[in-house]
Amino acid sequence: MVTGGVTKFAKAHPAMDFRLMVKRAYDYALKGIPNLTANRIDGTRISYFSDHFTRQLKAASMVQDYLGMNPKGSVRIEWGGATGGECFQAAYEAVASGRMDVCLAAGFETMSRVPTWKGNEFIALASDTNFDFPLGGFYTGYYALMVVRHIYEYLRLGRFADIQDEREAQRRAIAEGCRIMSLVSVKNHRNALHNPYAQYPKRLTVEDVLNSEMISYPLTREQICTMSDGAACVVLCDEERAKEFTDKPVQVTGVGCGTDTMRLSDRPFGRVPLLPHEKAKAYEDLPYPGVHSFRAGRAAGIEAYRMAGITKPNQELDFIELHDAYASSEIQTYEDLGLCRYGEGYSFVERGDPFLKGIDYGFPVPRAGASPVNPSGGLIACGHPVGATGLMQAVFAFWQLQGTIPKHFGDPKLQLDHPRRGAIHSHAGTGSAVTVSILERGFR
Amino acid sequence: MSARPRAFSKFREVQSELEQSGAAIFRDGEGVESLIVRSPYAINYIHSYAEDSPFFLGLADGRLRGSKCRRPKCGFVYGTPRGHCMVCGAPTDWIDLPTKGRVHSWTTCHFGSEAFLKETPYNLALVEFAGVGSLLLVRLRDCVESDIYVGMPIEARFEPNPKYSITDVWFVPAR
Repeated sequence: MVTGGVTKFAKAHPAMDFRLMVKRAYDYALKGIPNLTANRIDGTRISYFSDHFTRQLKAASMVQDYLGMNPKGSVRIEWGGATGGECFQAAYEAVASGRMDVCLAAGFETMSRVPTWKGNEFIALASDTNFDFPLGGFYTGYYALMVVRHIYEYLRLGRFADIQDEREAQRRAIAEGCRIMSLVSVKNHRNALHNPYAQYPKRLTVEDVLNSEMISYPLTREQICTMSDGAACVVLCDEERAKEFTDKPVQVTGVGCGTDTMRLSDRPFGRVPLLPHEKAKAYEDLPYPGVHSFRAGRAAGIEAYRMAGITKPNQELDFIELHDAYASSEIQTYEDLGLCRYGEGYSFVERGDPFLKGIDYGFPVPRAGASPVNPSGGLIACGHPVGATGLMQAVFAFWQLQGTIPKHFGDPKLQLDHPRRGAIHSHAGTGSAVTVSILERGFR
Repeated sequence: MSARPRAFSKFREVQSELEQSGAAIFRDGEGVESLIVRSPYAINYIHSYAEDSPFFLGLADGRLRGSKCRRPKCGFVYGTPRGHCMVCGAPTDWIDLPTKGRVHSWTTCHFGSEAFLKETPYNLALVEFAGVGSLLLVRLRDCVESDIYVGMPIEARFEPNPKYSITDVWFVPAR
């Protein structure tokens, strides 16, 4: 990867259509790299999630011609919420296969074109329309179903195992889970105070998060990302050209993708696919994934780690930009990616591992900096214009690894100390598809 | 009468203007003006339930049907039916599911998609049935957020005037 660009995500960008948004991100990416001109790009991969939102089918073709890329090869990528992550990997494959020397991956979404609740309906159409959608199709509801079970498995049967009264035990477990999810929301909103690309930088407290509007029990508004307009792009190329374009290239050393059933009701109750550092004995009594965990995320992690030679992800990744569409799914994802064991996600947050050093969160974070997650503020604070999101993560990760966060953000606070390797993680509805890509500093 | 639509600096005001007149101008902080029009879209699909049809016809008869893998060595039982077994690929046979089960997980939606906003708050539950390998997503009625818990016994009710939708069945706390 040699460059990238992002438009600031916004609730609405009425003065820019999708073509202009992508053009702005593209111009930003190419600016400052004199050798990288349009004629050096062999082709593109263009991502957006929903034709319902654009109401312009084959919108990727219009991006292609607005950028002046015809007659070069292109294809539109769509894979639900993981659309951006898949686009990144499609561009990787175009270069890795030798088909292209230089490939542009560009993504966008324009979600402001319908009112919020209609937009939620469009998104919910990405659930089974025979069995799930007509019941009250609503993605926040689906994720609430997942986290209620996650809380049951790990808090009710964990730190509240001794309480005899079942209802009381579950109420207390849910309250505890919500409190811990709120810590994640505070983290991401406060990290975003130093990211000018973030849409919702906020100095929130746990109480603010808990007291925000209840959307789908137990998830509150501040624990949920918002639909947005935005675009992002990256340029990937082979090693030879990378050195020509920049003295600070970033290498893609691993890619992984996993899937799971569209319907939550079809998720199996089997065994945990193990990461190299895990033992089967640890999960003997855990029916997996059920609806509490994202098997697709675990599968994507296994594939990407194997390719990158990672055997202890919690020690060998300097940071992770992961798909925190919900504060709950951030916690579930720590476990899928092996940053901690299944069941330890809540204590992982309480110990402070995913927090950054040097940021005031308003509460103690003893192990801040151990495993920084979403230093950018993630989807919760930046917004989630679906087709752009996975590429936005790639751009933020790229700047981290280059050490150029201070330059691009105009604020050095979020720049980690010489990170060598990071992961990006893109996730489609209820974990029906997940991608993980490993990025490493490609220079001394 | 001016041919120029009214201009607004708040995007929300644009939305209400579109409902009134069908066109508006949005003026952003830098004075850039964008012309915004209402663009309606509606369609009636010709949707076949295809291989899932017996399930929905069953609901109309007050029957809750799942499916069971035909291959004896597999025999996986599905709480949400499917025509072919996800485990081994063999065809499945229709079976009657128990009409009583337990809450595997649940939520109360205080908001929802536009189509369901007027029904909020509503409860969703994943039902687990004894001897069945997968779950079924349903509406849970006749109870409120503070009543519901994982493991709660529940039972099916059927719509007397079927709409031929998954909403023809719902669950209530077991009596």
